[in-house]
Amino acid sequence: MSRSPGRKQENHKISRELFVLTYGALVAQLCKDYEKDEDVNACLDRMGYSIGIRLIDDFLARSAVKKCRSYSETTDMIAQVAFKMYLGVTPSVSCSSATGNEFSLILDKNPLVDFVEELPVERASLCYCNLLCGVIRGALEMVHLAAEVSFLQDRLKGDAVTEIGITFLRKPEDRKHRRN
Amino acid sequence: MAIFSVYVVNKAGGLIYQLDHYAPRADTEKTFSFPLDLVLRLHDERVVVAFGQRDGIRVGHAVLAINGAEVNGRFTADGKDVLEFLGNPANYPVSIRFGRHRLSSNEKLMLASMFHSLFAIGSQLSPEVGSSGIEMLETDTFKLHCFQTLTGIKFMVLADPRQTGIDALLRKIYEIYSDFALKNPFYSLEMPIRCELFDQNLKLALEVAEKAGPFGPAS
Repeated sequence: MSRSPGRKQENHKISRELFVLTYGALVAQLCKDYEKDEDVNACLDRMGYSIGIRLIDDFLARSAVKKCRSYSETTDMIAQVAFKMYLGVTPSVSCSSATGNEFSLILDKNPLVDFVEELPVERASLCYCNLLCGVIRGALEMVHLAAEVSFLQDRLKGDAVTEIGITFLRKPEDRKHRRN
Repeated sequence: MAIFSVYVVNKAGGLIYQLDHYAPRADTEKTFSFPLDLVLRLHDERVVVAFGQRDGIRVGHAVLAINGAEVNGRFTADGKDVLEFLGNPANYPVSIRFGRHRLSSNEKLMLASMFHSLFAIGSQLSPEVGSSGIEMLETDTFKLHCFQTLTGIKFMVLADPRQTGIDALLRKIYEIYSDFALKNPFYSLEMPIRCELFDQNLKLALEVAEKAGPFGPAS
């Protein structure tokens, strides 16, 4: 994690291994605490949500991006700027619906699962990186965009790629009372 | 040359942080003999000068202290009504301190919510779509700069009209907020900010902005 050049503080880099290990320890502990995979997934999502609602201001303060005028601009921003800034990877974006409010991010590299090859048999429906879904959901909510975010495909479960699906819930015409 | 104060307003219009950095206070204390040549009147539970401006005592200045003891609104420290006290020749000569009254925290809360509403009205009234709301309010004694983030938090800075670099300062305050308030796990969103690190870093940022002076980085 390094700070943007505008900062006066020195670059404090924390090791990526420590971050990945911490995340792994978190998931492992949740698996011990909860029996059902759905509970673990829900807990990860909640944690991600509380990270997302705070991370969004950090993202906006450091990247100084302008307000996005469409869902596809927003998804592009998430993939190209936010993921790059925080995880160092750039997923590719595809729009999967005709209505223009369903998108997916296809991650070919996911730093969180560097050291995980596959899920144990008894945890077959665990979404290991569900924290990311919560983060995206929380962040979008703070800029007044309600969305459902979930994993559509997961390499850990045997799929070809890891795909995060973002479905924006409100239609653009309904946002009559949006602020500025 | 000076930044007077910083206000942070949450999404609902409530004031969550306020800092008075520099107050150009000009209190004047003078001894008077009967009869008082200033005309005083009661306004908003305070005794203010209505007429008779002289020697640094301006119209609108409030009575801050009588004989060294601070007044409590319209009553003196020992509970007597100020106007009655000053109407009685037996109490003279008396030393009265006049000055602009400081805003109480309730008044600041009210003013912040009022500005929040004005901001909302401003962006609705705008003839152009997608207005950014009120960015600056200019008077001859100060300029109020406002920056609303995409998440709805407003940062307001009141500064001397000649002070430059306030735009950069507002962005810096946003960074400081996202660092020391949001990343503090014990700080709840939308609540008053009571983080020591936020205070310290904000004051540092204000000092840097002031030192840059009127010829500093363009706003």
